[in-house]
Amino acid sequence: MSDSETPQDLKTTPLSAEHEALGARMVPFAGYLMPVQYPAGILAEHTHTRDKAGLFDVSHMGQAWLKGPDHETTAAALEELVPADIRSLEPGRQRYTQLLNDDGGIIDDLMVSRSAYPGTEGRLYLVVNASRKAIDFAHLKSRLPDSIEIEELPQWALLALQGPRAEAALETIIPGVAALAFMQGAPFEFDGAAIYATRSGYTGEDGYEITVRNEHAKGLWQALLAHPDVMPIGLGARDSLRLEAGLSLYGHELDETVSPVEASLLWSIPKQRRAEGGFPGAARIQREIADGAARKIAGIKPEGRAPARDGTVIMSGGKEVGVITSGGFGPSAGGPVALGFVPPELAKPGQALDLMVRGKALPAEIVKLPFVAKSFKR
Amino acid sequence: MSDVKYSKEHEWISVDGDVATIGITKHAAEQLGDLVFVELPAVGKTVAPGDEAAVVESVKAASEVYAPLSGEVVEVNSVLEGEPGKVNEAPEGEGWFLKLKLSSPSELDGLMDEAAYNAFVEEQG
Repeated sequence: MSDSETPQDLKTTPLSAEHEALGARMVPFAGYLMPVQYPAGILAEHTHTRDKAGLFDVSHMGQAWLKGPDHETTAAALEELVPADIRSLEPGRQRYTQLLNDDGGIIDDLMVSRSAYPGTEGRLYLVVNASRKAIDFAHLKSRLPDSIEIEELPQWALLALQGPRAEAALETIIPGVAALAFMQGAPFEFDGAAIYATRSGYTGEDGYEITVRNEHAKGLWQALLAHPDVMPIGLGARDSLRLEAGLSLYGHELDETVSPVEASLLWSIPKQRRAEGGFPGAARIQREIADGAARKIAGIKPEGRAPARDGTVIMSGGKEVGVITSGGFGPSAGGPVALGFVPPELAKPGQALDLMVRGKALPAEIVKLPFVAKSFKR
Repeated sequence: MSDVKYSKEHEWISVDGDVATIGITKHAAEQLGDLVFVELPAVGKTVAPGDEAAVVESVKAASEVYAPLSGEVVEVNSVLEGEPGKVNEAPEGEGWFLKLKLSSPSELDGLMDEAAYNAFVEEQG
């Protein structure tokens, strides 16, 4: 019940004092001191995000510009490292993809936006995981051609506003955001400062991620919290929200040995790129598409109330067949929920499995993801 | 009024004759956060200090509740299996875990009184 890491070496976000003033419990996460929960608690924060609007400080995430002479050159260079279609991105549009190593394993998953800022032709805006940003940026620097520059953006904070009331709440503060489509972004202004908002997130709800310069982050945070539908949400509820939405978390579902096919992320690789390859590990990924992968991430619903945590062994017919990668309680699902690796032949909804929890076999079944229906604005 | 003692594992122990009612302290419940699952021992199980007596799970993680004393489990608060949130609502009341028939009541001398426990929590920061 105590945190073993000392806070001395941890980085903070520009909103650290805000979290402490709100009574947040701060914990070490990916080298940062971050709010895991506020006094309302994880269950209330989770439910509030599903019902109204939750405000998250995700400034620990890595933001960067990729800068090249024109879109075609920058996009083609990034396509050498990721399996998504980047060239066809229209200005302001955003795509989810993965940085792959030469064995087709996932170095990180990330969001890539084509800039909609005037005068920024040839730029892509990247958002990567906090725990992987140093590795990602070093990888990009070593693998991108000299014509493409990578500029990290530590002077920019990142807020997320998520939930069915996010649109209405944000529109009162930043007029115009309601017009954005899912996975679209645009520059806006807040209190005279330039900001960039995209309609995206990590909760399965409609919502936005908003990039704002560090010195304006507090003003935007406070303006959003002043809205009656908005409540601050910590990393604890962020995790239960993403788990119910069936979204992967690096270090759990994803690591450098896991391919996008194994991670059930094939939807993020368009047909043409599957066929043509031209990204790291393409041979493995094409083979897994043709012959099936050895393991696959699936949704798993334990019977009863006991959660099955990360690392829980999955059994079938008395044999060990897989492992839980993320597991916990889903407040909106009303019971335990989990993600885990199983052989593809056992990944069919309705398949019965046993989970070894504290030495006992707990019955469970494969379910279709997500656990809670997504409500994105298309 | 019965005599309430506290353990370093953040349990409270309320003794009435040779039966001790055991739960987790308000401080422990706050540290754990919202509980979503409680697993209680079987009635009739005998435990010694340090044995796992129950399991509690918050949204984030699982934790064990260790037996603070030796004895036999004579009753469990099975309401918690359906309503684990009772522990957060009233950790030192309706959120009790189990009752032990003590086999070595002298072990009680090794526990803290309320003032000593409060000082212990304070010290831990």
